[in-house]
Amino acid sequence: MTIPGYLRPDGRKGIRNLVVVAYLVECAHHVAREIVYPLRAHGVHLLGFPGCYPNSYAHRMLHQLCTHPNVGAVLLVSLGCEGFNRSALLDEIRASGRPADLLIIQQTGGTRRTIESGSAWVNSALEQIHKVPRAEIGIDELIIGTVCGGSDATSGITANPAVGRAFDRLVKNGARCIFEETGELIGCEQIMAARAARPELAPALTACVEKAAHYYTAMGHGSFAPGNADGGLTTQEEKSMGAYSKSGNSPIAGILKPGDVPPRGGLYLLDVVPDTFAADGSVSPRWGFPNISDIQEIGELIACGSHLTLFTTGRGSVVGSAISPVIKICANPETYRRLSEDMDVNAGRILDGEASIDEVGDEIYRLVLGVAAGAPTASEQLGHQEFSLVYKSFAPLGPECLPGAV
Amino acid sequence: MRFIRLHPDDNVLTVASAIGAGQAYEVEGATLIATQAIAVGFKVAACPIASGAKVIKYGAVIGSASQVINTGDVVHTHNLKSDYLPTYARGEGEARTP
Repeated sequence: MTIPGYLRPDGRKGIRNLVVVAYLVECAHHVAREIVYPLRAHGVHLLGFPGCYPNSYAHRMLHQLCTHPNVGAVLLVSLGCEGFNRSALLDEIRASGRPADLLIIQQTGGTRRTIESGSAWVNSALEQIHKVPRAEIGIDELIIGTVCGGSDATSGITANPAVGRAFDRLVKNGARCIFEETGELIGCEQIMAARAARPELAPALTACVEKAAHYYTAMGHGSFAPGNADGGLTTQEEKSMGAYSKSGNSPIAGILKPGDVPPRGGLYLLDVVPDTFAADGSVSPRWGFPNISDIQEIGELIACGSHLTLFTTGRGSVVGSAISPVIKICANPETYRRLSEDMDVNAGRILDGEASIDEVGDEIYRLVLGVAAGAPTASEQLGHQEFSLVYKSFAPLGPECLPGAV
Repeated sequence: MRFIRLHPDDNVLTVASAIGAGQAYEVEGATLIATQAIAVGFKVAACPIASGAKVIKYGAVIGSASQVINTGDVVHTHNLKSDYLPTYARGEGEARTP
């Protein structure tokens, strides 16, 4: 199968061709939403950052999202007095070769005039991006993320291992694959470290899980209770392997933080837990929960360049995302029967005895190529374009995490 | 009766359809009678596992057998113990670099 991509001036290739409208403070959210809403079914997506105070993580996230290969043009909407460095972001987007503009509500004449100006600009941008040159995308140019949400006892025995099979095949064919959720990997950090592609990466992998453990503990979060014996899970490492099995069996090539684009084919761990260490070395969870919902994690995978995301769910999440398609893989056959319109893959067939893990893995692999080639996912068809971004901070990656990073 | 093998190296299988108390079930040629109900998600041994031997699921070690386990036996807290020692417990109180 060939994947007809969209070639951006910076050389990256997208699988969708969208206009993004980004608000730079919550006070500009309504105006931005009103610009997007009439065009939401025509490839115009809304995202933004609610905070008034500047934050380098949020700036980097918006930079990476606005210059994502699925994005063809960007309109920034500012109230005018927020702390976000809007001119720098505008310059960065323009430097990537994309049409971009900035509307400042306080200078444009208020709500109605800004919506009118914004709508006119977006309509013109839609015409412009239809002329973007096409170029075939190889599997070795795709970046695929995975995340789970609304997990139940079936997640770890159907959908997650099936995604792992698809990941193994994608990595074998040169794709860049990203998994995350260090908070759910407590207990398999040594197993994970044993898969490090380089010796110096192994302690960095265990340190990621260690940081997550300390961070969640400091938050008073009970995510680290031992495996639920009632569901048949016996040990902590077994419980964590259920989530970890999404990563498949490939060697782990490196660690990313939100916004780091993996430099070459292979499997990467995305560390989404903020680096907020106090002077005495203790973990100080100063930004609240590492992710307030599944949505921000998907946004972080996209900021790392993910063209699409594989989302496994047992209880039945219905979400999609702005910018990049989300393929939902339902682990539980009962959930699938209730929510089939929201799901792309029924991994519950493994429990029903109708398919093997390998067969569902093959189905996911083929669906990745089909969605990359333009087939809409269930959440795209239903109009889902969720987005969420809140404050965080990260220390830069060490060389042990990602040698030769660009 | 259905079982899922999650990885070729595994020595346990996952129960994919519930087994009632008193019901006979077959695992790798061995026929057993369930002494109590076995729910979906529980594990049975795919082969004999010696006491102290590693129990493998997902192709990874999930603990060690605390007693001899025969083919088809349920594998749970009574015969499987975790090997896991949190790395972060060792470094408690030590200075940490970000």
